[in-house]
Amino acid sequence: MAHVNYIHNIPFISIFLTMFGGIITPLFSNGKIAQKINLIIVCIVGVLSAILLGSVWQNKESFTFMMGHFPAPWGNELTAGPLEALMALTFSFVMATTLLGGAKFIQNDILAEKQNLYFVMINLLFGSMLALIYTNDIFTAYVFLEINTIASCAIIMAKGTGESIAATLHYLIICLLGSGLFLIGISLLYSITGHLLMPNIQQSIIQLTRTGEYAFPFAVVIGMIIIGISIKSAVFPFHFMLASAHPAATPASSSILSGLVLKSFIFLNIKMFYCVFTIDLIRNLRITNVLFLFGLIGMVVGSVSALKETRIKHMLAYSSAAQIGYIYMGLGLGNHAGMVAACFHILAHAATKAMLFICAGGLMSVSEGKDGIHDLRGAAHKNLMAGIGFTVGGLSMVGVPLTAGFVSKLYFASATIYSPQKMVITLLTLAISMILNAMYFIPSAIAIWTPVEKKTERPKVSRRMEIGIAIFIVTNFCLGIFYKPIIDMIELGIGLL
Amino acid sequence: MNEPKKKSTWRHFVDWVNGEEAIEVPKKISFKKIDFNKIKENFEKYIWSGRKKAIFYLVMCAFVCTVFIAILLHTVSALPYFGGGNNPASNEVVQRYIESGVEETGATNIVAGMILDYRAFDTFGESNVLFLAVICVVMLLKKDKYNTTQQEIREEKEDEMFDKEDDNTILKRIANLLAPMLFLFGIYVVLNGHISPGGGFSGGAIIGAGLVLYASVNGQQNMQRFFKYKTFVLINVTCLLTYCILKGYSFFTGANHLPNIIPKGIPGALFSGGLILPLNICVGMIVACTIYGFYALFTKGEI
Amino acid sequence: MTNLMTNHYEAAAVILFGIGFMNLLLSRNLIKKFIGLNIMDTAVYLFLAAKGYIAGRAAPIVLEGTTASVEKFINPVPSGLVLTGIVVSVSVTAFSLALVQRLYKHYGSLDLDEIMEKAKKEGH
Repeated sequence: MAHVNYIHNIPFISIFLTMFGGIITPLFSNGKIAQKINLIIVCIVGVLSAILLGSVWQNKESFTFMMGHFPAPWGNELTAGPLEALMALTFSFVMATTLLGGAKFIQNDILAEKQNLYFVMINLLFGSMLALIYTNDIFTAYVFLEINTIASCAIIMAKGTGESIAATLHYLIICLLGSGLFLIGISLLYSITGHLLMPNIQQSIIQLTRTGEYAFPFAVVIGMIIIGISIKSAVFPFHFMLASAHPAATPASSSILSGLVLKSFIFLNIKMFYCVFTIDLIRNLRITNVLFLFGLIGMVVGSVSALKETRIKHMLAYSSAAQIGYIYMGLGLGNHAGMVAACFHILAHAATKAMLFICAGGLMSVSEGKDGIHDLRGAAHKNLMAGIGFTVGGLSMVGVPLTAGFVSKLYFASATIYSPQKMVITLLTLAISMILNAMYFIPSAIAIWTPVEKKTERPKVSRRMEIGIAIFIVTNFCLGIFYKPIIDMIELGIGLL
Repeated sequence: MNEPKKKSTWRHFVDWVNGEEAIEVPKKISFKKIDFNKIKENFEKYIWSGRKKAIFYLVMCAFVCTVFIAILLHTVSALPYFGGGNNPASNEVVQRYIESGVEETGATNIVAGMILDYRAFDTFGESNVLFLAVICVVMLLKKDKYNTTQQEIREEKEDEMFDKEDDNTILKRIANLLAPMLFLFGIYVVLNGHISPGGGFSGGAIIGAGLVLYASVNGQQNMQRFFKYKTFVLINVTCLLTYCILKGYSFFTGANHLPNIIPKGIPGALFSGGLILPLNICVGMIVACTIYGFYALFTKGEI
Repeated sequence: MTNLMTNHYEAAAVILFGIGFMNLLLSRNLIKKFIGLNIMDTAVYLFLAAKGYIAGRAAPIVLEGTTASVEKFINPVPSGLVLTGIVVSVSVTAFSLALVQRLYKHYGSLDLDEIMEKAKKEGH
């Protein structure tokens, strides 16, 4: 009897556990039970990912896991290393905290008889994100990309109002455009290389680039796959879908969408760079420059649009678009340090933006559900924790030292040293974008802290939301202060991809 | 002019700080007596009207698509030849699927063996997509207070009255004769998925068509006597759960090189192919329920 | 050009893909938009099916009493991918049509621009 290495089974167990949870949830007609099961599963996955991270970090290894009885080019495979484990840990952490903090909104916004179905979506969405992180096979990536698309649309529309359904449609059309491009990209790639598993494709790509065969189809394939995934992650010209989707959805859905779903696509893009196309090929084809350009434009355009908004959730949505721009800028620098900074920013932004959406929801609910910034005057006094959370999140977005946002901006700035021709413009845009961030966060921060004269009854604030926000605040400062080991993990992880 | 709204710069700043006003690009910039606002207005009126905007959009789209098609055609012309025996795609992967497929999976239908054994994780994802879609449709169209009005309920009741009154004897007789045959054929296709063309999805679609035929002729009420929302959810969940557990077991034993207790059977026999037959049955039931579910939800908003 | 004549199935698939793409971008009617999307998906399946075909070989089902050798059968991988793809496309279509039906009930229109405008007004 062979010895079973349970650590290596963790990716498989996490994916199947979440899928299992998603499948059994419709049987419970009570939304609260569904929520508890969902939370427990996400927590278990978080603990498992932490164990996995500890193990691969100690052994400095990356391993592949055979899905079935057949080895690499014949069967499906999963792969896990420090970066994958770190992402899985972050995703499950943010997911659990969001669900804890946003539980109240889910109960209020979604019809009682359909709440259990909402948790089916959350479970399957989480499972598909895990599968996208761990997969080592591009067709599996496509299938789970579609699961991700449908489930993320479903959590936007769960509120059931006309506005949310119209927003879902907008989001769905853009997402499907992205997956269409991705699908034809992988079919072309299959016809050239004859493989579907990432390492095998990479081998044959290296061989073909050496002989110079199929040079043109390769360029087209790479373009389509990268553009397809980038469209889905709401890169600059496609960021409008966020602006309609976020305000219409319930705050928990917005947090998950902005914090995690977009990040899972970006991570898939990084995986494509390293595991399929090789980073040298990407650099030689100048794909990085294109991403760099769109990242920069996205940063400025997103921030300016956020500045022009007077409604808080629209503002946060555009701010998300700007932050996605930061990440693509980091990828576009094309050097190792830029990638590390981008990966760190994925973590920092996932934690920060999820908190901001939950806090915005909390502030809105104590101001009669209105979302104009001037309607929120004094809201922080009524819901203290949400006010503090919003302020900390804002400071982190601006990049004040000791917060998570500062570290990522520091690393972005220092990464420019390795790409001298892009240095000036990057630093300039970073500075402009930081000022713009400060300009749109200050009015809202002042508005919520303005003292209100008349003594009103303090509305009852959900305890769970306060706990969730508190955890997020602590995490943000932890990321901002003890960032060194995380950066080390990311560096090791990228090396092992 | 009575214009009390005219604010000082300071007032603007205070309002911005208070969050009442967003920073906007000044509407009117007089730059050496050129009124940009008017230019913009005229521009929108004469040169850039809604119709022209639409035409511009159309032309741009057509251009983008033509370029896109041209690039793809160029790509296609550089691809390996159609029908060629030594394309890059016919490599060691295909060789093993074909030459050892029967022996390793127990299924003589190599495609079934491939999707349900070699690359089963994709197929598991695929059944989840289907499940997800049907749950989404339930979320959207199952009657709740947002998507139904009193008038619709009234209209539906009237429809039901009409349905009861006229009896299309010929239609009903023929449909009731045809539906069982469809079920039988569907079941045959599902059960023989591993030894002949077909499989869970195609067989399930045939059974689903039979259910739709039965329901559309005999009315939803008759259908609800044996197929309620609860049954629907139960069948879907049980089948997918069975799928999940069976495949989980198979993946676990496979990856950890543990002995697998599931017999392969004799290739070509009905009970062969290891897990492929039960998986096909599960997929078939899921698909049949899903197709009927789509029909019922789209027409009546109720299963 | 001669290459295109040999790869005529792929060429047709690619042109269909472009038509679907154009339909998705241009059509204002939502149902037509999703038909365009379906054309796009189907074009990819045609492409995959054409890539799997090898001249003079049979479908990969091993009959009794014959031995399986690679010279007899076409490539089974694209067939499997198409099977998976079709299911995904059916699900996506059902979901999007359900969205359209719900929107039509709510706004009484199938025109995307009109719906977006009405939704924006409602949001304020």
